[in-house]
Amino acid sequence: MTKAVNESLPTSAVTEKIKLGLKKRHRSEMMFKTTGLAAVLLGFMLVFVLLFDITSKALPAFHQHWVQLEVDYSASNLRYSEGDSLENLRYRSTLRKAIANQFPDVKSRRDKRQLNGLYSSNAEFAIKDFLIANPQALNTVQNVWVRVDDDVDIYLKETTSLGEPLIRIDEKEAQWIKSLVEAGQIDKRFNIQFFTSSDSREPELAGVRGALTGTMLTMLVTLVLSFPLGVAAALYLEEFAPKNKWTDMIEVNINNLAAVPSIIFGLLGLAVIINLFGLPRSAPLVGGIVLTLMTLPTIIIASRASIKAVPPSIREAATGLGASKIQTTFSHVLPMAMPGILTGTIIGMAQALGETAPLLMIGMVAFIVDVPASITDASTVMPVQIFLWADSPERGFLAKTSAAILVLLGFLFLMNASAAYLRRRFESK
Amino acid sequence: MTTANLVFIVMLIALASYWLGIQRSIKVAGGKQQVKDLVSLPSQYGLLTAFWCGIPAILFLLLWSAIESSVIDSLLIDKVVLSADGQIQQNMGLIVNNVKLLAEKITLSEDISSATDIQLQNAQFFIALNEKATWLKTLLTLVIAVGCVSTILAKIKHSFHARNNLERIVSGLLFTCSGIALLTTIGIVMSVLFESISFFSQVPITEFLFGTQWSPQIAMRADQVGGSGAFGAIPLFVGTILISTIAMCLAIPVGLMIAIYLSQYATKRIRSIAKPMLEVLAGVPTVVYGFFAALTVAPLIRDFGLLIDLPIAAESALAAGLVMGIMIIPFVSSLSEDAMTAVPVALKEGSLGMGATHSETIKKVILPAAIPGIVGAILLAVSRAIGETMIVVMAAGLAANLTFNPIESVTTVTVQIVSLLKGDQEFDSAKTLAAFALGLMLFITTLALNIAALKIVRKYREQYD
Repeated sequence: MTKAVNESLPTSAVTEKIKLGLKKRHRSEMMFKTTGLAAVLLGFMLVFVLLFDITSKALPAFHQHWVQLEVDYSASNLRYSEGDSLENLRYRSTLRKAIANQFPDVKSRRDKRQLNGLYSSNAEFAIKDFLIANPQALNTVQNVWVRVDDDVDIYLKETTSLGEPLIRIDEKEAQWIKSLVEAGQIDKRFNIQFFTSSDSREPELAGVRGALTGTMLTMLVTLVLSFPLGVAAALYLEEFAPKNKWTDMIEVNINNLAAVPSIIFGLLGLAVIINLFGLPRSAPLVGGIVLTLMTLPTIIIASRASIKAVPPSIREAATGLGASKIQTTFSHVLPMAMPGILTGTIIGMAQALGETAPLLMIGMVAFIVDVPASITDASTVMPVQIFLWADSPERGFLAKTSAAILVLLGFLFLMNASAAYLRRRFESK
Repeated sequence: MTTANLVFIVMLIALASYWLGIQRSIKVAGGKQQVKDLVSLPSQYGLLTAFWCGIPAILFLLLWSAIESSVIDSLLIDKVVLSADGQIQQNMGLIVNNVKLLAEKITLSEDISSATDIQLQNAQFFIALNEKATWLKTLLTLVIAVGCVSTILAKIKHSFHARNNLERIVSGLLFTCSGIALLTTIGIVMSVLFESISFFSQVPITEFLFGTQWSPQIAMRADQVGGSGAFGAIPLFVGTILISTIAMCLAIPVGLMIAIYLSQYATKRIRSIAKPMLEVLAGVPTVVYGFFAALTVAPLIRDFGLLIDLPIAAESALAAGLVMGIMIIPFVSSLSEDAMTAVPVALKEGSLGMGATHSETIKKVILPAAIPGIVGAILLAVSRAIGETMIVVMAAGLAANLTFNPIESVTTVTVQIVSLLKGDQEFDSAKTLAAFALGLMLFITTLALNIAALKIVRKYREQYD
């Protein structure tokens, strides 16, 4: 058919010209399309590189090397006499002796000090805790497992040939480690302590429990404040507000607030909530309030969209049966809009969960070892913990930082997945 | 009793009064069968009673907490002035603080042997004042709560319109909540503005806006090195612009091409896997991007520089800018995709029907029609880039170099705000106040960009709707 039409037309100079340019045009079409595809692929690649980089850096943090020590818990060693508390005995010298026994050849003072450095600074407390847990071990010789120092841990994870020096481990130390490994006195275990202990100056001891608890408390405050406030504001603006200047102003305001840089909210928190109202610095309460102000616009905008989507017939039916405006809103409109409101809230909370900058302003950036017990205790949160660890010079924290990021990303993924699930269920209705 | 405990008790009383209100209304009606004679439902009487119990008491508590400490302070100052001679007036703040510290030590029964008699007296006075205040607070709150409940309970009659009253309260509450957004904005403007004004009274605004030297450390001694206390913000502005420009150079082309491909070429399947990919990029917390920039991208770029004999700074603007660009890609792409899908299909079909190829249609018809939306998207993205904090805090430098060279280390407005305010600080030094002045600049710039973007987008919408 097309061929017939083509033949019947006189081949004018114009069609000739078009035909000549056709190849070039198709080529540029191809080029353009390929560029678009390349951009999408670049996006995929970036996601992949980002996640791969962090995961590969994080994996070592989930394991920790332990070393076996033959500890002589004799009373003379510990300077223990009948009736003494087990708390304050000579554990340090006992540990030193146990280490010296493991390496009888090491004689010089300098070497001994270097040797002691291979064991975690926590080892002293580990052998103490062992004795307190097993008091019958007194006056016996026991095999106790203690952590190795973080440099040794990294060495064991990264070295390809045992006994060769690598970063921060010299030849002598490498030989010692090799002899320990060959004697079967080194063991690799799952690092459960990463989840059960709090921040520490020593990478091999640091964990995320304190930061996770801080995050939970902060999120709790944020949720308790932002959900009712956001829903109430959205209900007012959508259902009750008269169309006037005041409403317009609030609307413009909410849109602008949604785009204000988060660090500005930190300045607000510092100047008003801490300095004017006198709430405690570094507390999840203040963090929660700041994050509430930051996420409120998101929640209000999403809730309004969801309330708007409730068909007017519902309202008319309720009003027709004699329900008042408030009754209609709270018993009919709000339940129907709830899935959308919840989706918006989860997205807002996910934003708050990953936020760091405003929390730096209100002092949640301190080094805190204790697990916070209430919303007014000093605490830190996961993103800030990541920031702090990323800043520390010890190499052992690199894996810890990445592992903490993985934990944070895991939570974000869970939240976003549940939001997507809610949205899909809502749509199918 | 602490304020938190009091709030909890008030809530309990409110809960009880809900029940009391219901019981009272049933009693007034004369039994459960006669409830229909009332003008409102029993639960509405209950709710009304609960609101009347809770709201005044909690409002009172808020008011009390707001003024309590300043009233106690002024009483304490009066006492200190009476008990000492006149010459200590100038360091009154210090003395008051010492008294408070001492009082804390006494309550924790720590060692107080070093304190003088006068100090001890004052501290005891302070403790007594605090105790009195707490008692008064508890008493008044409970009186208000119980008083309001009994008043409202006495009012419950057959003809008492609980529903109307209740609804007036509820709509009042909703209205108040909608005002929070406005209050937040006012709070931001006030806090940034006031601190900035007191900063500009110490450092002239012209020096701040046009000075080219930034070194906020103020010299403690005259001969101290490196502490000139210069507050010329031009290097910070330049650094911010440099890093944002690098970011936009990556984000605009890539984001735009992704938007074009997804909205014009991609099949449904590609879209369904590309969209979550963009959501992942958008959802990754900025602190993670900061970590990626500082520990992966920056060393990579430096190593590459060593390879071609180019000395690249460890904290180069390039690394921070590129990673910031990655962060902004999904922002640009999703907003410009919206703009392109909003272009009427008729325009696209008309162009294709005339024999134009897809790319020609996109370049000559769709993009020009969508350009206001795209410009709006880019302006919003720029505002995001300028306000972004964590990436630059972790990957950009602290030294304020005035340079446009992307392989050198620069600092930005947000980095300086963080470094000036992180940790402890006294609140009236020029150094701290400078952070608020920078915050003011940041707020004004991003606000202007947002308003411009919204204006452009809105104007564009009117064309086709």
